[in-house]
Amino acid sequence: MSFSEQEVERYARHLVLREIGGSGQQRLKAARVLIVGVGGLGSPAALYLAAAGVGTLGLLDPDTVALSNLQRQVMYDMADVGRGKALSAGLRLSGLNPEIEIDPLPMALDAANAAELVAGYDVVLDGTDDFATRFAVNAACVAKGKPLVSGAIGRWSGQVGVFGAGLTRGKPLAERQPCYQCLVNETPPDAEACSLVGVVGALAGVVGSMMALEAIKLIAGAGEPLNGRLWVYDALDGESRTVRLSADPACRVCAAA
Amino acid sequence: MKLWVNGEERAVQAVSDVAGLVAALGLDSRKVAVERNFEIVPRSTYGRTPVAEGDRIEIVHFIGGG
Repeated sequence: MSFSEQEVERYARHLVLREIGGSGQQRLKAARVLIVGVGGLGSPAALYLAAAGVGTLGLLDPDTVALSNLQRQVMYDMADVGRGKALSAGLRLSGLNPEIEIDPLPMALDAANAAELVAGYDVVLDGTDDFATRFAVNAACVAKGKPLVSGAIGRWSGQVGVFGAGLTRGKPLAERQPCYQCLVNETPPDAEACSLVGVVGALAGVVGSMMALEAIKLIAGAGEPLNGRLWVYDALDGESRTVRLSADPACRVCAAA
Repeated sequence: MKLWVNGEERAVQAVSDVAGLVAALGLDSRKVAVERNFEIVPRSTYGRTPVAEGDRIEIVHFIGGG
């Protein structure tokens, strides 16, 4: 796979990075990434991955743009209000980078269709706003052997983790990476929806950008992706830390996978 | 026993394992993960993960917004 003169100029700042360079940029161009939920987290994640030259981006979201989304969903503007997110985002990203392919997927993901959707991609990003969808994405990633970059926000807190359980299936427990459900076993009672408790808009930018960054590291083979770790950010305190996760030997999703 | 809980030293009723600590702190394990010495403890292993004097415990609340 070679680059046109235009691409060499577009990706110049990546090409000079030792950890990306020509080979990493080629891996980005060959990569297929599915973004589940093109909202607060999916917006910055998709913008940065499109700008970075990820060759194919799947944009999955069943919703239409609401005025209250514009406080944090930087993908959209006033003209998009009332329009479908997947199609609006596709147009925006094609304008940003016409070198890449976009799969607009204006649909919901659930336990019935998740595996089929995930199967066509190399890396999956989950920035959805409900636990049932998160569990379905996770189970599909484990079943299809895909790395999952998961991000979540609420009020002033953010979390990002990379769950590689799908890549270590069948290995001894000590060598297995955790899945999302090793961390979150079941839907927390009284789970807080952002619509009820609020979320500071710029936090979506921090966490969504971190998700894009982890995907770029995974694809380009740069540094140490957050596999088996969770990055926890407290925006009010201005503090973050990274904690280790391990596979739960009794996990209902990945223990027997 | 003395533990560091969320960055502050705290006297907690003596417990031997994470299951005991969760009960002593009144945590709902469906809503939070327990981190012991910078590692999140898988829920199914609470009963066999020891807690010792001076351990650093953090409570990580699950969030699911996007």
